[in-house]
Order: sequence, then structure tokens, then C-alpha cells
Amino acid sequence: MCRDCDLEIHPAIQMFVRLRVVADVERRLPIVLDREEGGGARTRQGSLTSIGSRCVIGLPSIAVSVRSLVSSAEAVALKFSFSDEQEEFRRVVRQFLEVNSPATEVRRLMETADGYDRALWRQLSEELALPAVHIPEEYGGQGFGFAELGIAIEEMGRALLCAPYFASIALASNAILCAATETRKKELLPGLASGETIATLAVCEPSGCWDSSGIALTATEKSGGFELDGVKTYVLDGHTANLIVVVARSPGTSGEAGLSFFTVPGDAPGLERRLLSTIDATRKQARLEFTGVRAELLGNLGEGAPALAKTLDLAAIALASEMVGGAQRVLESAVEYAKTRVQFGRPIGSFQAIKHKCADLLLEVELAKSAAYYAAAAVDEGDDDLPALASLAKAVASEAYRKAAAENIQIHGGVGFTWEDDAHLYFKRAKSSEVFLGDPTHHWELLAQRWGV
Amino acid sequence: MSELTEQGVRDEVRTWLEEHWDSNLSLREWRELLADSGWGCPVWPTEWYGRGLPVALEGVVGEEFRRVGAVGVPAGSGVWLAGATILEHGSDELKRRLLRPIITGEHMWCQLFSEPGSGSDLAGLTTRADADGDDFIVNGQKVWNTSAHHAKYGMLLARTNWDVPKHRGITYFAFEMDQPGVVVRPLRQMNGHASFNEVFITDARASAADVIGEVGQGWPVALATLAHERRLVGRLTGPRLAGEGRALDEYRAEQAKVMEPYKWYPQRAGRVDLVVKRAQETGRNTDPTVRQEIAKLLALARSSEWTSRRAGEARGRGRPPGPEGSLGKLCSSHIARAAAHVHTLISGADSMLSGDDGAEAGLIAEILLSVPGQSIAGGTDEIQRNIISERALGLPRGPAVDVGKPFRDVPKNLAK
Repeated sequence: MCRDCDLEIHPAIQMFVRLRVVADVERRLPIVLDREEGGGARTRQGSLTSIGSRCVIGLPSIAVSVRSLVSSAEAVALKFSFSDEQEEFRRVVRQFLEVNSPATEVRRLMETADGYDRALWRQLSEELALPAVHIPEEYGGQGFGFAELGIAIEEMGRALLCAPYFASIALASNAILCAATETRKKELLPGLASGETIATLAVCEPSGCWDSSGIALTATEKSGGFELDGVKTYVLDGHTANLIVVVARSPGTSGEAGLSFFTVPGDAPGLERRLLSTIDATRKQARLEFTGVRAELLGNLGEGAPALAKTLDLAAIALASEMVGGAQRVLESAVEYAKTRVQFGRPIGSFQAIKHKCADLLLEVELAKSAAYYAAAAVDEGDDDLPALASLAKAVASEAYRKAAAENIQIHGGVGFTWEDDAHLYFKRAKSSEVFLGDPTHHWELLAQRWGV
Repeated sequence: MSELTEQGVRDEVRTWLEEHWDSNLSLREWRELLADSGWGCPVWPTEWYGRGLPVALEGVVGEEFRRVGAVGVPAGSGVWLAGATILEHGSDELKRRLLRPIITGEHMWCQLFSEPGSGSDLAGLTTRADADGDDFIVNGQKVWNTSAHHAKYGMLLARTNWDVPKHRGITYFAFEMDQPGVVVRPLRQMNGHASFNEVFITDARASAADVIGEVGQGWPVALATLAHERRLVGRLTGPRLAGEGRALDEYRAEQAKVMEPYKWYPQRAGRVDLVVKRAQETGRNTDPTVRQEIAKLLALARSSEWTSRRAGEARGRGRPPGPEGSLGKLCSSHIARAAAHVHTLISGADSMLSGDDGAEAGLIAEILLSVPGQSIAGGTDEIQRNIISERALGLPRGPAVDVGKPFRDVPKNLAK
């Protein structure tokens, strides 16, 4: 029993003990946990022990925040593991996509200009409510965390789903959540959550810079509103989206000053949209030319820089999740093929040259998963280190996917280089994702900056 | 004895320690008490110097020992490798004769497994033990033998039958080190340290009564020892204990002896912890190439740490082990190499210098010259990749040319 204060803590602490939380909690909580040993966890100032089904803690100051303790504890634990509910969610999404987004569908849709199937989008929105998953309930969403969003996107990456999900949810909904005023959130997010609005985010310009320094498109105040002039490119699903979130700057500003978020309807007068020819046909990109396009301010004028940085961090983490889904799939494909393909009288997977390649890929893919899961959980936890974790996850996942997709082709040999085999579809997604939102070199440098090297 | 609950055990060990722990005893006297009471090896059976506790409660006992600063059984390969193996596979006569002196620290043990001609392929060993009455005559050479120069006994693997396939002709002996025909020599590594030994065995004797398991059945026993070695890697060194008294002084002397071979191990792992500080102090952190490599290294080290946390979390939740659990060893080699590369970038020309002339008074040189060991010791990277591809990915084994035939007919390394 409790030796210090006889204060009994309810089931919340039992969960805490079950979750086997260790060092990561130290920074944030009044209780300092030591390494968990045996059936209980020890604190440095007191002791937290589980005795049968009762949990007692020996700390006078514990009364503080059981609630924050529990939510932090959950978040910390989920950096390293998924709950049974999350595993179930993953299973449902995977099953749905296996049925509805097989390679035949991916190949059919990638040949279309729209690049997605409206009926499937509706089904995915209505039956699974996937666009709503991480949008808070007050804006018509399901109110789950970024971890759940990560799971959904990971599965979409695995299936190479052709849909404007990344554009509308990973990019636009997060931009709105980060940048918009309360009124505009209430106005816009329910449409995105229901899947009725398909939105996208236009940040990058022909300079190819993925930060504020690359933004030249201007927003000029005119007759009580704003007009946009300039060019955005690499805009995911920019040719089909009915709502475009645009990052623009006030004339005469530079760097982080003068940045604002605006929204523009997809069919706005003065907006010219052109579908780009992309190596990855499963993900459509457009170039958008703005000539005096009327736009509505999303947040506060000139204060967009922090929201842009946060939006890009979240996008990087979402993309990392998508990439680990694809990387895992190509690893499985390579291993499967190595087990069945026979040369020199034996499966090629029995040759060490192939076995070792596969082992190395497994290592890369698992490291990338660890980074993506940790970063996604860090979003839910409000971790201050998020910018670094985002760059880390993006860079690690980019490298892992690139290598896995390339080695998958190599292990498949000649057939891997054909159009008929699916290996190239993943290779193209991997290559495209490697540079989208900034290539590894960019993110390694950001990581160095963010960790104070 | 009170109920087997965590609190029950905690109370019991606490009471016992209150009554018995006395740092003024000699270390030997104290460990005799540990052997008598069973608190030294609490998960061992009560009839063999333990208390029959479930493994889950072992940590509680350790916590209570540390809380009062009491010395435990000797760290190292005696209790946790030899003792555990004898407990599982030894006859009662062997247990009676050998276990207690291990617990009391009277007998140190070493491993006599690897050979110059048999590294990754341990079962291809060629040290021979030929029956001679009730004894065996042993001839051969062993290598990488930590503590062999202090050991009373060695865990010896030797071939007793050459006419059967390699795994079936091996016998596991408790081998007396102090006898004519056994020569122990320090083995100097490329980093200049001599942490291990080589052991030359010429017409030495092993008694049939000292066979652990059965003659010719030594391979499964060896696997048990190796499994303990993997599980208990953190226990091969003991905790640091402050305080005064004869037992503690003797313990610290013992620790110094046991720890000596491991002093360069942090350098072997690459010393990622030094990288940022060194880059800043040398100004190399302004070079974009160096920054890239540092970022990659830090990302690798962190992702690796998170991956082992994931494996631990899965174990904690009682889920089947995923592939993430088998990657740590291979990953540590990558980290070590990447760290050595970054240290080289940071130190530049100073990377050529060692000792007091070298960077960080020779520490960087020691890193550069110790890292190659990381991808060899405890299973080479190549063996790790085989294990990962077969166990985690289910890829087929390559055809084996040696397992089906008498070991006599298997190609071997020629002796130098």
C-alpha cells in the first residue's frame, strides 16, 4: 500500500501503469517516473505501484492533473505502439482499400484526367468517414487524433489510392486548422469533413522552394477584398479541387513577413488551371495561374508565417506516413517474389545477395515507421520538438521508400522494369514523394537547425 | 513464506536485508549468506540456492538490494551463463558441486566456444576431446575468451565424435582451467586493447563427470548458453554501489576486474553523444556536408531507439514479436559506422593522430579503431541479415553442404 500519503488514485493510474510509460513523460508531468520494473512503475520522489487491481501512488502533489496525466500517458505510449482500437481501424481501412482500390482500379484511374473515382470518394466519405477522421467534432469531424489520420494515410499509400485525400485532408484541412479564424473554420471544415468539398493547398511556386522564402504570389487589397496575382505549381489535385487554399504575400514584403492564407473557389474567374504531366500518374498535380483572382482571407492578414510552418510540418508527417505504407508494400512484394521466383534451381530468396538486400530493406522500413509513428503521436501530444520530428520523419521515410521501391524492381529483375508489373507505380510514387514538400537534403538541414547543430 | 505478490516479496526481502546485510562482512561471507538464503538468485529453485520466484518478481528483489546498497551475486558469465546452463542441463551431482562456488564468487568461469577456424559457424569447431578411460584428452585452440585468465572453469565445447554430422558430435564440458596443457594468452585487438584471451589446449584432461548434458549432445546446451547470453547482456556487469565496508570494497575491486575488458565498448558503438559537441567546438558545424551527415546520424540513432521501444511495447502488450525486435544488432553496426564517419569529418586531419596527440586525447582515434568490432562481435552483420531474412521475412535457407554428412568429411580451415 501507499507508504507516503495513502492517496488512492482511480483507474486512470491503473491505465498509466498498464501503459508502462517511461522516460518521455518526465519533461511534462509532476511525477517523475523511473524505469518500469516488474509489475509496477517507480517514481523518483515517491512510488507508484500496482497491487492486484488497485493502484496507489505515494505523492502528495498528485492531485494535480490525472486527466492530463492520462492523456499524455496515452500519447506517449502510442509513440511506440497502437491501441487495439487503432489496429482495428487500420484493419478496416486496409480491407476497404483492398476491395475498392486494387491495382486494376489504380491503373484505370491514373489514365483519367480527374485521377479519382467520384463514387469511391463518396463511399469513402460516407461509409468510413475518412475525410472527417482527425477534424475536431465542432467542425463536423470525428475528432480522432493525428495518429489515426496517419494510419488512414499509411494505408492509402500502401494501396496507392487514387483520390484527393492527401490534398484535401493532409494539406488543406490542416492549413485551415492552423491558419483560419474560428468563423472560417466553422464555415469550411464541415464541407471537407463530409467529403463534399474537395480542397487543396497551393504553396510552392516555380522556384521550387517549400518555405516562406519561395512565396512571391501577391495578395493586393482592392475594393474591400483581395486579388491574387502569380503562379502556384505542384498543386496536388489543383485541377479538380473546388476549394483552393493559397499562401500569398502582401506586396512589398519578403521572408516571413506579410504572408497570409486565402481561399479561392476552383472555378474563380481569372484562375487558369493546367494539369501537369507527372511521372507519378496516380497523383495529379496542376499549375495554377492567378490573374486578379478575387480571394477571401482565411486567417489574419500578414500573420500567416507560423501557420505555414506548422502546416508544412504536419504535411511532412502525413507524407511520411503515406511513404511508409508504400515502402512496406514494396518490401512485401519483393519478399514474396523472392520466395517464388526460381533461378539456378532454387528460389532466388535463398541467395544471400537477395536475402541481405531484403533484410536491409526491412531495417530501413521499420526505422521509417518508427519515425513516422513517433512524429504523428507527437502532433497529438503537442510536442515542442515537432518541427524537428517532422523533418526527421520526412527525410527517413523518403530514403526508405526510394530504396525499397528501387530494390523491389531490382529483385524482380526484367519483369520489374515492365509497365505490366506494378513495381513502377510504387517507384514513381516514391520518387515523387521524395521531393514533394522538400527533398531529404532540405529536411536534413532543417533537422540540423532544429536540433541546434 | 508470505504470499507471492509483489508487495509480499518486497516485504520479505526487505526484512531479510535489514536483518542480514552487513557491509563489514567479507564479500565471500556475505555471498555464503546469499547462497544459503536464496536471495542471490531468487528465480532459481529453492533446492538450488534460489527461492523459486517467478521471473516477473525478480526485479523487485534487485530493487530492494539497490535500495539498501547491498551486494548481489557476482556479475559476469559465472552465474548468468554457466550457472543458468548447469541448472538447466547439468546433473544433480554437477549442480551440487559447481553452483554454490559460482554464487559465492569462489569460482570464476569463462566461455570456451569460438575458435580461430570457427567463427560464425560455431558448430564447425574442431577442438577435440578423445575418450581415455573415465577422462577425455582435449586438444585445440579457443579464442575471444573474456576472463579466461581469472577463470577456474571454462564452458568448453569440444568434438567427441567425428563420424556424425557437425551438430551431433559436440560435447559440453565444465573444464578445469588450472591444469598442465592449458595456456592462456592475452589477445591484442586492432585498437590496442587486450580484453580477451586465446586459450591453447594441449593434451589437457576433462573428466566424464564434468560433462554438462550428454556426450555428443552438447549443441543444444551451447544454444541454451547463447540464449542466456543474449537475454542477460545487461547483467554481465554489476551495479555501481557506493558506501563503506569490507564487502563493498571487495565488490568494487571485483567489479574493476570484471569491467576492465569492456571499457572501450562505448567507443565501439560510435559515441553518437559526442558528435554535436565536437562539431560545435571545432566549428565544423558550419560545413553543410558535415551538417547533412550529422543530421542523418542523429536521425538513425533516434529511429533505432524508437524501434527498440516499439519492440518493447509490443512485448509489454503481449503481442507477437514483430520484425522490429530482431533489427537492433544490425542497426547498431550502422550507427557505429555512421558515427565513425561523422567523427572523421569533424576531426579532419586529426583523425590520423592517436593518444595524447589525437582529438579528445585519443578518444576519437579509439572510436575509429573500435567501430569495426561492432559489426563482428556477437554475430556478424551478415549472419544478422541471414537471421532477419529467414526468421522475420521467411526467406528460404540456402542449401547447406555440411549438415548432412559426417563432420570428418566436411571441408575445414587448414591450421596455420
